Amino acid sequence: MALRQFAAAAAVAATFGLAASPAQAVTEIQWWHAMTGANNDVIVKLANDFNASQSDYKVIPTYKGSYPDTMNAGIAAFRAGNAPHIMQVFEVGTATMMAATGAVKPVYKLMAETGEKFDPKAYLPAITGYYSTSKGEMLSFPFNSSSTVMWINLDELKKASVEIPKTWPDVFEAAKKLKAAGHATCGFSNAWVTWVNLEQLSAWHNVPLSTKANGLDGFDTVLQFNGPVQVKHLENLVELQKDKTYDYAGRTNTGEGRFTSGECPIFLSSSSLFANIKAQAKFKFGAAPMPYYPDVQGAPQNSIIGGASLWIMGGKSADEYKGVAKFLTFLSDTDRQVWIHKASGYLPITKAAYEKAKAEGFYKDQPYLETPLLELTNKEPTDNSRGLRLGNMVQLRDVWSEEIEQALAGKKTAKQALDAAVERGNAMLRQFEKTAVK
Amino acid sequence: MQKQAIFQSRLLPFALVAPQLAIVLIFFYWPALQAVIQSFLLQDAFGLSTSFVWFENYVELFKEPAYFEAIVRTFFFSFAIAVSSLSLALLLAVMADKPMRGGTLYRTLLIWPYAVAPPVVGVLWIFMLHPSLGVISRYLRAAGIDWNPLLDSNQAATLIILAAAWKQVSYNFLFFLAGLQAIPRSVMEAAAIDGARPMRRFWTVTFPLLSPTIFFLLVINIVYAFFDTFGIIDTMTRGGPGKATETLVYKVYSDGLLGGNLGGSAAQSVILMVIVIVLTGIQFRFVERKVTY
Repeated sequence: MALRQFAAAAAVAATFGLAASPAQAVTEIQWWHAMTGANNDVIVKLANDFNASQSDYKVIPTYKGSYPDTMNAGIAAFRAGNAPHIMQVFEVGTATMMAATGAVKPVYKLMAETGEKFDPKAYLPAITGYYSTSKGEMLSFPFNSSSTVMWINLDELKKASVEIPKTWPDVFEAAKKLKAAGHATCGFSNAWVTWVNLEQLSAWHNVPLSTKANGLDGFDTVLQFNGPVQVKHLENLVELQKDKTYDYAGRTNTGEGRFTSGECPIFLSSSSLFANIKAQAKFKFGAAPMPYYPDVQGAPQNSIIGGASLWIMGGKSADEYKGVAKFLTFLSDTDRQVWIHKASGYLPITKAAYEKAKAEGFYKDQPYLETPLLELTNKEPTDNSRGLRLGNMVQLRDVWSEEIEQALAGKKTAKQALDAAVERGNAMLRQFEKTAVK
Repeated sequence: MQKQAIFQSRLLPFALVAPQLAIVLIFFYWPALQAVIQSFLLQDAFGLSTSFVWFENYVELFKEPAYFEAIVRTFFFSFAIAVSSLSLALLLAVMADKPMRGGTLYRTLLIWPYAVAPPVVGVLWIFMLHPSLGVISRYLRAAGIDWNPLLDSNQAATLIILAAAWKQVSYNFLFFLAGLQAIPRSVMEAAAIDGARPMRRFWTVTFPLLSPTIFFLLVINIVYAFFDTFGIIDTMTRGGPGKATETLVYKVYSDGLLGGNLGGSAAQSVILMVIVIVLTGIQFRFVERKVTY
């Protein structure tokens, strides 16, 4: 590790105002992220490996708190004129970042300007589609992607002699049986209430969440998730909430402990919950694809991703961009992608890495790690299932959650709640459209 | 009684006041001015496109029924938090004021919660009362109470009021204790000799003599409930279920930081600032004069 020692020595020398003897300045690249625990270790290792692999650039990862915190920190830093080079932004921040022309450097431009080898076709379209323009230009670099799966407590299902459900009606039946078999407080539940019951549900059934390909084709998108499929689904949840066959577990992922503790035997959430389940669950578990309504034509379609991508901030020097581009190339390496996939439970982003993991027999012992990939690649994406790009999505989700909570609490009908969510959401989208840089 | 200090030079008094003035200017006036300016602008989160829109942000705000609901809700919360924490603190202070063994220990323990930061208070109460994590929730459910503050707005509101009031009890307790100890013993003894029972003594002697403290605390508590409950709300309910626990200060955060609507958020901050200025004005004008000392 002579290289790293040299870098450290150079840094020390620089701090004390001494010139490092060989005139080889290391260009620092700031990387702000929101990863904790095991995933933080993955980030640190990636940075260290990159720094050890060459001597011109040094990636410095910094943890900045939760996803919204990281994004706000980045925005505040940009306003103060010292944004990081690379910022990890969760998928719902995509529209906000995209609208900031000039504040960000699109990945496809970065790669072209720095002359790095870059083939957008090498990546899984189901993942990059979310972060690309309708012309297929990659705006941000997918880093940690996940999708929604149905986590199953296999032991409890076996005890109640219930088959793993495939459709929503099957789930409701199974949950009733499980409730009768002792799960009195929760037959099934989910985290991320809007992601699961509006965003993914719409894509999975090939119905629009909003016009303009869910916002991918323009900021003048109008919400449409108060259609028959979504209303029927919410009506079912409201009905089942009454006797706790379904039990609401909050807006974010705070209710995930209800699956790992064994309270809720069926739980829809992110595939990235895998690491936690593996660490905590004292039962056999599996992940099934999301359920669907068989009477909806074309269902199941394909799922959309969650997680986060890396945005490159604007206004940096050519040399710094060269380093960032090299780092993205480094991340795209097949073996490295396979390693990230295995270490974090997040999805590989290149086709080659997916093939390699398959060839290695990685999914033979852990088939549930392939579930989200199978969902994402289930069919060729349509305008309803390529992804979402809605402004101020963090607050939009809060507004939608508020209305869903009103329905579940019996204060509004499902239709009234979704109508109100659409109406309030549209007002916010128009506000966003006003401020978005044209 | 000559209270005026005589300074020989013109500069010395200014120099002495300067540090304090600088702090107030930098940490209060300047950000406040920034908020006022921001409230007249329409700007994206990154500050790339800015347009001056006069009062449009305020007009938008007053067109929003949710804003008026938040105002009513905030006053209700403030009132509930102030009343419950004041009455509990007064009860405890009257008890702790009695000469007893280990009195110092009781007093110390009662002051303790004041040192806890609001978000930590939120987390503490969550561990007790969260529907799936809560220790107490299990007992409530076992007793047949359907405890679910994630969906039941009244329960969520109760939760916030409980946690916020609990934290403020210590502060009120301190002031009440000081107020009680300032009441001359002779007055109490005279009342006792006249045959007034303890309850009667409290309501006719102690309470009126405490009234300045009570009024002072009432204003402090309302301001506390307006602003410092943010951490508690953010960790416990995030304004939900529905909007049942979204107060004005939480709305400023949610619209500005989560929603990226900086102009609207700044307009709300300015209105909040005006409300507090008015409250403080009332305290100085009305309370300071009308209260019997």
